[in-house]
Amino acid sequence: MSEADIGALWVTLRLALITTIILLLLGTPLAWWLSRTQCRIKVLIEALVAIPLVLPPTVLGFYLLIMLAPDGPIGGLWQSLGGDTLAFSFSGLVIGSVLYSLPFVVQPLQNAFNNIGNHYLEAASTLRASPLNRFFTLVVPLAKPGFITATTLGFAHTVGEFGVVLMIGGNIPGETQVLSIAIYDHVESLEYANAHILSAGLLAFSLVVLVSVYSLNRQSLPNGSGR
Amino acid sequence: MSQEIHFQFKIERDDFSLNATATIPGQGVTALFGHSGSGKTTLLRALAGLEPQVEGKLTVGGQQWLNSAQGIHLPTHQRAIGYVFQETALFPHLRVEKNLLYGWQRTAEAERRHNPPQVIETLGLEPLLKRYPHQLSGGEKQRVAIGRALLNSPQLLLMDEPMAALDRQRKREIMPYLERLHAEAEIPILYVTHDLEELVRIADHLLLIEQGRIIKSGPIEQLLADSTLPIAQDEDAGALIKTRLTAQDEHYQLSELSFSGGTITVGQIDQPIGSEIRIRIHAKDVSLALQPQQESSVLNVVKCRVTGITPQGQSRVIVSMDAEGSPLLSRITRKSADKLALSEGCEVYAQIKSVALHS
Repeated sequence: MSEADIGALWVTLRLALITTIILLLLGTPLAWWLSRTQCRIKVLIEALVAIPLVLPPTVLGFYLLIMLAPDGPIGGLWQSLGGDTLAFSFSGLVIGSVLYSLPFVVQPLQNAFNNIGNHYLEAASTLRASPLNRFFTLVVPLAKPGFITATTLGFAHTVGEFGVVLMIGGNIPGETQVLSIAIYDHVESLEYANAHILSAGLLAFSLVVLVSVYSLNRQSLPNGSGR
Repeated sequence: MSQEIHFQFKIERDDFSLNATATIPGQGVTALFGHSGSGKTTLLRALAGLEPQVEGKLTVGGQQWLNSAQGIHLPTHQRAIGYVFQETALFPHLRVEKNLLYGWQRTAEAERRHNPPQVIETLGLEPLLKRYPHQLSGGEKQRVAIGRALLNSPQLLLMDEPMAALDRQRKREIMPYLERLHAEAEIPILYVTHDLEELVRIADHLLLIEQGRIIKSGPIEQLLADSTLPIAQDEDAGALIKTRLTAQDEHYQLSELSFSGGTITVGQIDQPIGSEIRIRIHAKDVSLALQPQQESSVLNVVKCRVTGITPQGQSRVIVSMDAEGSPLLSRITRKSADKLALSEGCEVYAQIKSVALHS
């Protein structure tokens, strides 16, 4: 692998890791709220979360580009607070990836939370557990398969991102060039051997991730965590 | 310190309203008895703080848990209660041991009243400790749920039809534990049931609930013998009498039980003289006569005074009677009642054909 490829690998891993951490921190309370609320705007929020599933990544990228540009609403605000430019930067990529991978984290979590019967939470509250304590001693362990799925899908999906990155990140080696873009570059310049190395690597990676998720989810809680 | 519980609840929903006021004695088992849909579970949930829309008042042992006028609504996790749910709600990811200790670990040391080894021993849980809930039978799950609630050091133990989901065999298996709990627990227990048999075996007091209202409350002997209450219309209606074992007849293999209204002879009971025996006399097993019968195979005849006559359907009446302070019920045909010219205050001889025993 060339030095540029190793750089792309490093950017990709960093991006996926940071994105996954942010997604778990944001997605857990959001998914919990969605699983328990009877509020009318729930449907709207669910639709917004799911939009990246159906929207062409270039559309999402296009709007993000406008928002993140120095004269755009988010980019402008960020710069007036003393930040660097967001478009064509690593921070901009993180924002784009968080939005793009949001459904892959929120939906498995929400499904897992939906399956936790209220009677467990009520029983715990009669046993002196505060709401936060109930969340960490019941909800988190009972939703473990959901967390495993959400984490791996969020990570893997960010690794495989292309369209959004191309629109808002560009192709700056060592800064915003990720693996999928590097492969595209190699193919454009007819360097098939290099493209093969990266592509086969990503293929193997995806397979390993999915096999481990499925086997982990089979092991945890033989009786299932549902009602 | 009085552990008495006063509540006055109001819940309005589209399809149901609860408007219940009563006092639960600070000791013993109070059964909450009513048909399904009468609001038993809702009342229990309101006591536990699980019904957010409830209005009114709740005082437990002098502490205010709810006073909606003053804006007091103690959240469930701050109430010292034990709640045994119908569906047990054992935490599936925790072994029995961890389930049992869940509340105990969250109770301040000074407030802890039971110690785990003793509860494990009482409920026979030792062999189950390392198992997961899905590896337990229905009866075992209920025992663990009861233990978990007790180890939470409750000031009030709420039990929502703990036997409802169990078959006859499992019920028989768990009943001794409940009776032991009844004898040993020093805290008030509110026990929801719609099973008359269960009720007479463990309850001391009774709250009758109908359409979200408490229609009557009092000592169980008194309420079971009130012919005007719906409970007297039950096929298995009958009086409950506390007696003492006073003599053993080795020749005929019989035992003599004494109570305020006289003595009753039953098949031999293998218990020491002086033991307290609860007996149940079903209304259908009591026939009435105006004179003591000289020649009859019925051994047990008790002189009573009629205190009430309530029609049951078209052809039968329920007669409630008093035998020197002990209540009795008899179900006879309306024709017989007319023939004997029964009326309130008249004296009759109750012939008891059969007696059900509850130790």
